[in-house]
Amino acid sequence: MNSPSFLLLRAAEVRAAIVEHPLDPSALLAEVADVGSGASTLFVGTVRRSNQGRAVTGIDYSAYEPMALKELETIIREAAEQFGTTHVVVEHRLGTLGLGEASIVIAVSHERRAAAMDAQRFVIEEIKRRVPIWKREHYVDGDRAWVDNLGGAIAAEPDAVAGDSAGDVTRD
Amino acid sequence: MSPSVHVHVKHTVRLFASWSDALGPVAEVELPEGARVGDLLAALTERAKSKLIKPLPHPLVAVNQRYARADVVLAAGDELAIIPPVAGG
Repeated sequence: MNSPSFLLLRAAEVRAAIVEHPLDPSALLAEVADVGSGASTLFVGTVRRSNQGRAVTGIDYSAYEPMALKELETIIREAAEQFGTTHVVVEHRLGTLGLGEASIVIAVSHERRAAAMDAQRFVIEEIKRRVPIWKREHYVDGDRAWVDNLGGAIAAEPDAVAGDSAGDVTRD
Repeated sequence: MSPSVHVHVKHTVRLFASWSDALGPVAEVELPEGARVGDLLAALTERAKSKLIKPLPHPLVAVNQRYARADVVLAAGDELAIIPPVAGG
């Protein structure tokens, strides 16, 4: 079952995970490899040394884990519907990360490069918009602050973030 | 049922990020039967006001792990969560 030919010929690889250990981008890239794919893309999000002019020393990531995982899986399903992707793997790390460490890795492969790149862009943008994960930046001066992806714009219009899923919670 | 009798339901709510800092990771909120998501948010916002110098960012509310609009009616036993502006990725 674990022979290389089996691994290369499998039909689909779709997976999302939330982990608390360092991420391994090359392992995820290998996971989506397929002889039916003509393009593989790898996105790695890392902790940057400054944000809005403040020197950052690290970031704490936390999550509402069961919902975050559901949202990740929903986003991958939506990518499959929109772009025909069958090979998408996403891992998001939680905990305290230092500068340069990877907080998220997304690997996609597809028969064609345009679909692979479009799907990857879709997945990261949707994750930033609606997956319940938070980060608290630590600064050189010892201060700490919660940071959001939309500069607070998320607050103005719940429906814009809730998207289709908001309509699913209905009661008489 | 007589209109003068108000049945209350106790809801347990999970909070995250800045809202957890202000009110703790779990809050108990008692609301009249038939209360909606918006009522829950109003009650928690009022509770946070007395504790804070600056207001908290306006959050979304998740009901049973899905984002819910303000007019959704709460049911006893719902899994409720306050979702401040997210920052994944």
